[in-house]
Amino acid sequence: MKKPEEKEPQPILLQGDEACVEGAIVAGCRFFAGYPITPATEIAERLSRRLPKVGGKFIQMEDEIASLAAVIGASVGGAKAMTATSGPGFSLMQENIGYAAITEIPCVIVNVQRMGPSTGRPTRSSQGDVMQARWGTHGDHPIIALSPSSVRETFDLTIQAFNFSERYRTPVILLMEEIIGHMRERVDLPDPETIEIEERPKTTVPPDWYKPYENYPLDVPPLVPFGEGYRYHITGLHHDERGYPTDRPDEIRPWQRRMQLKIERSLSDILLYAEDEDEDAETLVIAYGSVARTAHHAVREARERGRKVSFLKLQTIWPFAEEVVEHAAAKVEHVVVPEMNMGQLVLEVERVAGRQRVHRVNKADGTIMQPTEILAAIEEWAR
Amino acid sequence: MRRSDRESRLHDHYLRHSKKFPNVWCAGCGIGIVMGALVRAIDDLQLHRDDVAMISGIGCSGRMPVYVDFNTMHTTHGRALAFATGLKMVRPDMRVIVIMGDGDALAIGGNHFIHAARRNIGLTAIIVNNFVYGMTGGQHSSTTPTGALATTAPYGHIEQPFPIVELAQASGAAFIARSTVYHVQELEKLIAQAISKDGFSVVEAVSYCHTTLGRINKWGTAPDMMRYLKENSVSQKQAEKLSDEERSWKIVRGVFADRDIPEYTQLYDQVIERAQAEEATG
Repeated sequence: MKKPEEKEPQPILLQGDEACVEGAIVAGCRFFAGYPITPATEIAERLSRRLPKVGGKFIQMEDEIASLAAVIGASVGGAKAMTATSGPGFSLMQENIGYAAITEIPCVIVNVQRMGPSTGRPTRSSQGDVMQARWGTHGDHPIIALSPSSVRETFDLTIQAFNFSERYRTPVILLMEEIIGHMRERVDLPDPETIEIEERPKTTVPPDWYKPYENYPLDVPPLVPFGEGYRYHITGLHHDERGYPTDRPDEIRPWQRRMQLKIERSLSDILLYAEDEDEDAETLVIAYGSVARTAHHAVREARERGRKVSFLKLQTIWPFAEEVVEHAAAKVEHVVVPEMNMGQLVLEVERVAGRQRVHRVNKADGTIMQPTEILAAIEEWAR
Repeated sequence: MRRSDRESRLHDHYLRHSKKFPNVWCAGCGIGIVMGALVRAIDDLQLHRDDVAMISGIGCSGRMPVYVDFNTMHTTHGRALAFATGLKMVRPDMRVIVIMGDGDALAIGGNHFIHAARRNIGLTAIIVNNFVYGMTGGQHSSTTPTGALATTAPYGHIEQPFPIVELAQASGAAFIARSTVYHVQELEKLIAQAISKDGFSVVEAVSYCHTTLGRINKWGTAPDMMRYLKENSVSQKQAEKLSDEERSWKIVRGVFADRDIPEYTQLYDQVIERAQAEEATG
């Protein structure tokens, strides 16, 4: 018998911001707190309509600081939770990103990047917050940041962001761009039944034994929501395994080690990227976000002109895919890194591949990167 | 039950013995008295510890949650109400109590305070007002009296203090009360009333800081400052008999608002109903 028609994927026209919302709903997001800001407002608007329909909750807070605070509070209550903002709001959220990191409370922070610094150009695209996503909050901390290059990838990576945040008990930043957020594309969304969704791991021990920050044997001890009989303490102070403040180096060090290890030991899971390799390539182009599409176009055009070029698209920006880049760069003479900023992720590429053979293509005037601009760099270095 | 029996039962039941006492507060501080009143209020109401969350910000008052055996969270400076808002929205069945100092609640967190009140979300905000930043050593706060000396007002404070009750009143809180750490039994009753209230409830617990503001201004020892609270505070009934001039020098104690206005999470349940009805009808 023929399968029912409605199982066939229906192509729809969707904006990046809208795809983020749909991804969040599928991922199980049931709480959103945010503050209006261009170009991320559409995410809040659509979630205010969508969340109550699935029994979720939406709140518009008085600012972005409160927004992330409410998201963390909701996550402590057991809900998958997120906020969405752009440059100025992302700056305001930095303190609470650090709080989510040290307290290991899962949450997703969407930053639809616009031109900065300060108010910059609200409706113009940028990749200017790459380093802020890594080091914006004070103190050492691991972080995960993902960067989608299309509307469909926004849907997929929003789900990944939730899965990673729950799996690794960490804030995850989805670094979108105005171009992606506001662009409408035809997308085929997958059947939600086929998508892997991570649920928050449950503890197997009784309340008296429960340690929310236990350092052994797991890298990621389960987080029990408030109100379920496991009364414990959460603090932004350095804490012991039970969550109580501590000054003792012998209690702080194992925690710091676990914080590093929980990400480092899972890089094979966390690092998302795509390669389009030419075995004989002399030049490698590394890009992410919207620029990855421009770059891939330029790479194909260069090949038509007889150039030997490989392409690497990074979807996971942080942690930086050191070994992947090192391995890909080892096969070529030159590495070209186009970015819509004055040179941010290229610093990491230079660190791994060596400064002499890494070439920057930067554009930060608010206009979209053109394939010709990347092509010119490829032509210059690929003989 | 004898008083001492009750006290030891409360100690056993509500305090965290795995946590190293004594607490961080200076000997003679009023915050511990507020904590005691709060624990007794929760005991009076017979709330289960699992159903109570206590959220704090930063400062001396921020340390209170670590000592009590509830679901506790010590958050960032000024943001406790915003964290609590998220928790209350996803767990409206829980009693969420937010403990703050005057700097925490009214300076860095002032915006969150007026908006939580405006929303009338079912949180209980307890503000321990000691008129100063105590933990950092005596800088003027948004409730420091005009003219007082502080480490950042060495020539006398030139700003006006925020009136907490009036601010909460104008912002729309459902329940507003004030007492002092001297009037501990009254404080306990007012806290219990606040926790029982459905909407946003505020209790200003007037305290003091003898190690900073008191020392700098030569206001005496902790007992001297406690005596000041006793001798310079009046009930609302007593306050009515005073002239405006006389009243302005007194701490007026009692309930200043007890309004039945719809609570936010209950209103949001109606939003869910409307959204789902729209979904059902297409």
